[in-house]
Amino acid sequence: MTPPISPTADHNGTDAEARPVLVTEPRILGLPASAWPRILAPIVIGVVTLAAWEFAVRWNAIPAYILPGPVLIGQTLVSDWGTLSGSLWITLKITFLALAAAVIVGVSLAVLFTQSKWLEMSLLPYAVILQVTPIVAIAPLIIIWAGDVNLALLICAWIVAFFPILSNTILGLNSADHNLVNLFQLYGATRWQTMRHLKLPAALPYFLAGLKISGGLALIGAVVAEFVAGTGGSASGLAYRILEAGYQLKIPRVFAALLMISLSGIAIFLATSWVSHMLLRRWHESALKREN
Amino acid sequence: MDTASLSTPHAVRPEGRKPLVCVRHVSKQFGNGTLAVRDVNLSLGTGEFVSLLGPSGCGKSTLLRMIAGLGAPSTGTIEWPTTSHDAAGKPQRDLGFVFQDPTLMPWASALANVMMPLTLKGIRKSEARERAAAMLALVGLAGFENSYPRELSGGMKMRVSIARGLVLRPKILLMDEPFAALDEITRHRLNDDLLELWWKEKFTAVFVTHSVFESVYLSKRIVVMAARPGRVMADLDVDAPYPRDELFRTSPEYAHLCRVVSGKLKEAIGS
Ligand SMILES: Nc1ncnc2c1ncn2[C@@H]1O[C@H](COP(=O)(O)OP(=O)(O)OP(=O)(O)O)[C@@H](O)[C@H]1O
Ligand SMILES: [Mg+2]
Repeated sequence: MTPPISPTADHNGTDAEARPVLVTEPRILGLPASAWPRILAPIVIGVVTLAAWEFAVRWNAIPAYILPGPVLIGQTLVSDWGTLSGSLWITLKITFLALAAAVIVGVSLAVLFTQSKWLEMSLLPYAVILQVTPIVAIAPLIIIWAGDVNLALLICAWIVAFFPILSNTILGLNSADHNLVNLFQLYGATRWQTMRHLKLPAALPYFLAGLKISGGLALIGAVVAEFVAGTGGSASGLAYRILEAGYQLKIPRVFAALLMISLSGIAIFLATSWVSHMLLRRWHESALKREN
Repeated sequence: MDTASLSTPHAVRPEGRKPLVCVRHVSKQFGNGTLAVRDVNLSLGTGEFVSLLGPSGCGKSTLLRMIAGLGAPSTGTIEWPTTSHDAAGKPQRDLGFVFQDPTLMPWASALANVMMPLTLKGIRKSEARERAAAMLALVGLAGFENSYPRELSGGMKMRVSIARGLVLRPKILLMDEPFAALDEITRHRLNDDLLELWWKEKFTAVFVTHSVFESVYLSKRIVVMAARPGRVMADLDVDAPYPRDELFRTSPEYAHLCRVVSGKLKEAIGS
């Protein structure tokens, strides 16, 4: 595919000759061939495990209210899709709103903190306190104070999600190459220019690492808070469905709701990883495919 | 016969022209008590190629950074007699700086890296792109505009760094051991290219190095420094005509000059 390199062809040995040639990898179903083992290997493990589970349940005739098999869970997922998908939507809405708020507040605070040491010294300890206090312990208080349940859930999920973004972004903003900072100073760059052209790009990989953690945490925060709140009625999320189904001993439904939460978590992780990869693939070590 | 000789500079320097930079009685003591440079006096004339030559730790980088305005001297002054000053009395230094490492922004292409100084000066994007591309071509990197730093070799990264230093057409280019990390072949080539650029663009060059050979090959003038505390020991003119090339590098004059400068350096270290 690549042109053959021959010593007899006239090479002049200039840098210009070493100009990059873009080589495209063969693709299977739209994905590069080398990406497939990464996808197929976990799928094979998953299928084998599920088959063993189903087999064990049937062989030992375990009743569905103790441990339902994967097939029954799948059937429940389909039959209960109406209620469950509504709840899933509510949980996801809270998750994404909380994550968005975590990104906005986390990045803004990090930028403010790097502009003013005083602000950082005065406020960072409180951010740490917020982070280390178990969310289940303060969720009841927040629910009382917030008045509105959805708002309370949003606040809880936000508290859990925002710290990794804040602390990672602070680290990233401070890790811009010192000589580059000097160079910007030499050219008389304003604070805003230094932020926009140097510190924010330098912080991007750190921010994205924080985002990956916070995506999962926002979901966990939303679910945990809802367990504590235990709201009823038609407009409630997956955690409430799990509680409700547990009381009614509809164990397959518990598993179906659990499966939805897990799949959402995986989807969020994949989405944040993909965003991270797309943003960093041209330049950051973590996203590079090395050719040695 | 003997065109290549070393002489004390002040006898041969054309008088009357104001120097570009005047370093007067400059000392620098760091917070931890290290006296990095002591009582340095130096004037840099327009269009000169000056090397600061000295052993590790003699304050070359510290001096260079102070000239660039990164860190103020503890005592003494650095004046820019021919440069305009802003309202606060700070000189509008018109300079480029090249660090020992390429110090490129890894998230930006070669072109975007070279465009950076133009962007910071508020120059229109289309014009900045054009000027940066021309500068890249001048350092021999036409065709690499869209390559990222990690896709370039060490020597190519250094060229990008030099292009960035020159893109604003500064009056003076300060270089801190720019080629120290490169192999000899690449270094010789970059030395030649740097001399050619200097010849064409007519900027003042200040070149920090600890290589006698490099300093003799490049410079019109060599400032020998000694360590602990950092100070100027000798100020030598290299009376060999430009353009210098491979022929000069293999000539007996060059060998002779290197021997003399080497001796001066040994003297400086010994004392
Ligand atoms: N930021 C700093 N704080 C304290 N001491 C410093 C600092 N920078 C440099 N020094 C000290 O000042 C002295 C001169 O350092 P400098 O970096 O200028 O030397 P140099 O001549 O550039 O050496 P090299 O050839 O190794 O780069 C050294 O003794 C060093 O330890
Ligand atoms: Mg140095």
